[in-house]
Amino acid sequence: MNAIDIKLWRELWNMRMQALAIAMVIVSGVAIFIMSLSTYDSLYETRESYYRDNHFADVFASLKRAPLSVVKRIEAIPGVDKVETRVVTYVNLDIAGYDDPVSGHLISEPDSGRSLLNQIYLRDGRLLEPNRDNEIILSEEFALAHKLQAGDKIKATINGRSKTLTIVGTGLSPEYIYQIAPGAMFPDYKSYGVMWMARTPLASAYDMKGSFNNVTLTVTKGTNEQDVIDRLDDILAAYGGIGAYARKDQLSNRFLSEELKQLQNMATMFPIIFFGVAAFLLNVVISRLIALEREQISVLKAFGYSNLAVGLHYSKLVLMIVSIGIIIGIGFGIWMGKGMSGLYMDVYSLPFMDYLLEPEVIASAALVSFAVALIGTLYAVKKAVTMPPAQGMRPEQPATYRPTSIEMLGLQKYFSQPSRMILRHIERRPFKSLLTTLGISMACGIMMVSGFQEGAINEMIDVQYNMSQHEDLMALYSEPTSKRSLYSIKNVQGVEIAEGFRNVSANLKFEHRSYRTSVNGVEPNNVLTRLLDSNLNTITIPQQGVIITDYLSEQLHIKPGDLLTIEVLEGNRPTIHVPVIGTAKQYLGLNVYMQRDTLNRLLKEGDVISGAYLKVDEKYQKSVYNELKNMPRIAGVVEQKSAIEGFYETMDDTILFFSFITTLLGGSIAFGVVYNSMRIALSERNRELASLRVLGFHRSEIAYILLGEQAILTLLAIPIGFVIGNGLCGYLAMKFDSDLYRIPLVLESDVYAMAALVVIVSSLLSAILIWRNLAHLDMVAVLKAKE
Amino acid sequence: MVTIMQSAQTGLTLSNRSSQPLDKDVVFEVQGITKTYQMGEVQVHALRGVDLKLYEGELAVLLGASGSGKSTLLNILGGLDTPTKGTVVYHNKDEIIDLSCASEHELTEYRRFNVGFVFQFYNLIPSLTARENVAVVTEIAKAPMTPEEALELVGLGERLDHFPAQLSGGEQQRVAIARAIAKNPDVLLCDEPTGALDSQTGIKVLEALQRVNTELGTTTAVITHNAGIAQMADRVISLSDGQITDIHTNATRLSPKDLSW
Repeated sequence: MNAIDIKLWRELWNMRMQALAIAMVIVSGVAIFIMSLSTYDSLYETRESYYRDNHFADVFASLKRAPLSVVKRIEAIPGVDKVETRVVTYVNLDIAGYDDPVSGHLISEPDSGRSLLNQIYLRDGRLLEPNRDNEIILSEEFALAHKLQAGDKIKATINGRSKTLTIVGTGLSPEYIYQIAPGAMFPDYKSYGVMWMARTPLASAYDMKGSFNNVTLTVTKGTNEQDVIDRLDDILAAYGGIGAYARKDQLSNRFLSEELKQLQNMATMFPIIFFGVAAFLLNVVISRLIALEREQISVLKAFGYSNLAVGLHYSKLVLMIVSIGIIIGIGFGIWMGKGMSGLYMDVYSLPFMDYLLEPEVIASAALVSFAVALIGTLYAVKKAVTMPPAQGMRPEQPATYRPTSIEMLGLQKYFSQPSRMILRHIERRPFKSLLTTLGISMACGIMMVSGFQEGAINEMIDVQYNMSQHEDLMALYSEPTSKRSLYSIKNVQGVEIAEGFRNVSANLKFEHRSYRTSVNGVEPNNVLTRLLDSNLNTITIPQQGVIITDYLSEQLHIKPGDLLTIEVLEGNRPTIHVPVIGTAKQYLGLNVYMQRDTLNRLLKEGDVISGAYLKVDEKYQKSVYNELKNMPRIAGVVEQKSAIEGFYETMDDTILFFSFITTLLGGSIAFGVVYNSMRIALSERNRELASLRVLGFHRSEIAYILLGEQAILTLLAIPIGFVIGNGLCGYLAMKFDSDLYRIPLVLESDVYAMAALVVIVSSLLSAILIWRNLAHLDMVAVLKAKE
Repeated sequence: MVTIMQSAQTGLTLSNRSSQPLDKDVVFEVQGITKTYQMGEVQVHALRGVDLKLYEGELAVLLGASGSGKSTLLNILGGLDTPTKGTVVYHNKDEIIDLSCASEHELTEYRRFNVGFVFQFYNLIPSLTARENVAVVTEIAKAPMTPEEALELVGLGERLDHFPAQLSGGEQQRVAIARAIAKNPDVLLCDEPTGALDSQTGIKVLEALQRVNTELGTTTAVITHNAGIAQMADRVISLSDGQITDIHTNATRLSPKDLSW
């Protein structure tokens, strides 16, 4: 090894704590980058190969009922490749030993052979066999949640009649990677599941022999999907079609796509912060090193080392520190990526998840880290390169100080000399002080991001389920039914309140924008469903006109007073125009609300409802459910509370994982910045502090001067960090917003407290390390040496 | 723990080479001290058995070449370092401190209240003005003079609010002297105070030291390798190779401006 390289290694060893503190920040950046992108690739590739291997459809449509002869017309649409019709129904289930409501989708499979599209991925047992009645395949997650396996039996209320079904296998489907009940927000495998049953027995039970109520198809490459969808809608309109949609709008796929988008956001936002802080730290540390080695640089140059060689020498040091960060960061990133992929396996029903780490991801992580570090230290290294040898031989000018602005105000009499030293030191390098403060603020801000997720979810659930929806159960009718049917529900013992609602699928249009959702007709004096304005006050639904979700009004660019066009996709499919009266705050879904009788009138139908919200005496909850599910008109009964509980269970792990990671990351920045800035200050002021020790100052008194400065910067950084944290969370929330859900920006006081705590603890930790260094100040040596 | 000893117990054994009158009080009593440093794999014997007394109010010059052990001796007297063997006892009106076995805390307190230091490279705090550099010490002292008085004493009454970067080397050193004497220390220890200065400026600094010694009666020890300076001292203690080779009493003290160097 060259002598100059040996010098490099020794210097790296001498500054190992500082190098490690910087490397940790780089580790954080690289790890997040690798975690997000590798998880993105893994999830993306898993999804793609799953979709491909199991023939996930391109277009989906539900309808009331159509004869099989219609299939030929669908196949004739230009660009259509494979078409598969199905019978899909929503059923109540009865699982021995589980009393809470359970419902599921029952999907028909061809009587023999495999389905063309959306094929089941069999996990256990066998596929359905022809000519055997009442066999089903159960979605794996649902089976696991109820500890069911092949050979077990469950009861289902199929078209009002209880049937015993035998489980022959468990499986997954690309159509239900994110498995949620209609109207639910989170997967809850205990209360909702997907099942497959042979077509003939299912069709006969629903009187659907020779017909279908669901169709999926694939299109050939290069086909305009929208054209296919339009033509399909035209064909199905006569059969009660409620509007076809493309794969990108398919619910399960939508959730996955949103998740992928979030991973991409994460892969950009966090690494930018970490690399920025690391570049700043490297700049500070290398600048100091070069200042300390002025004489050495001159000597090297005097002996004939070129400017370039000197520049390379210090650049190598930077690259070595960065390399340590990259290597550990890659390891950590892979570990986090695998952890994250595991969490996805919990939340999503995926048959497999191959952890995929593309070499490009590692290469770009390394490249970006090196580039940022070199750019960050360019100025410092340039100083070493351009310094004339003779200049380095002369001692550096003593540092110039000025009275601070506080003293200009005549306030100095309130400060002791050590306090003045602190203030003047901060003011002498305002830019460096500012960057140090900003660096610590970033740590504080990043910490807030982890707490923000939990608060946001609590707020969403609170607004959605505690303030807007008060029902205990929701009963869904198989088709619109006279409002009089409510009486029989109200007569069930234990039902305290029953409120009917009507909802229809519809396509909303304003100017050139459109959105497909459902229009909800609710009673104006409803107590179980409330619409809230932006201040969370209850809105009364007007007699004329509609209230729409606030985010929907933004998406359609429609404001109160404008006329909304509603193309109803059911019944006579009327197109109606109604004024928007107001907007309602909702975090889930996009909806339109009007008075039920107004909706009935516009649909030119009688006094009918689609279902009912129920408030039930807790004692009778189980008996009410049992009675309801046996009523012939009721297709399903949904209980939100168990879904929320299930969700919290899943989220607990996720939140814990993220809190752990962000605390580690936030702590690494705070520690990296504070420790390095203290070390530099110690190095710069070594002599000054040793002189004060000689003059009879105690260690605690000189620690006050050194650490007091950091304490001021840290305390300043915390409120700035709160502002940055607010910004980061706001930015993330905005990026997460979609028609599926909006993330509210709710930062509770414990989020602030936790962020501040991590910053303070990290600072104290570095202060303890510095305190130990202060014990070893060499008073004798420092007085002998020239600056 | 401060070791308080009966002064009779020390026995006041005089060095046979000392010719200082006995009516003066002893400030430092050094007995048989050695100091060994471990420098990597080599043992350096900086002091090899030194006996010495310094008396109240005297101005002593420690003369010796580089490596003679004079700085080590001064550092031990100043409580910056402790001897490997032997005892160093410090006396004043109120207390007796055994510096050779005092704790870190006791040494800090000793420096804080009893000793004034002047260094070769001034060691001023760059972020504080002249006045504040003195105040940094007077704020923690027991019965200090004001920073203004101290700076007046060294002839810098006019430059109170200048930062070190705005002062010449000689001026910086005089601020350092003002800082050292402002607490009214019992002893003033100066390590090559003129080492970094030209002779003209050096004389001004030495005049300031002499003035402090005569006007305030502060016991003063000055380290130098410059034999010319020795003539301003009461006693000249020569060191070589870690041992005292000679103690010489000047019949008359020369004024700094009459020194030749």
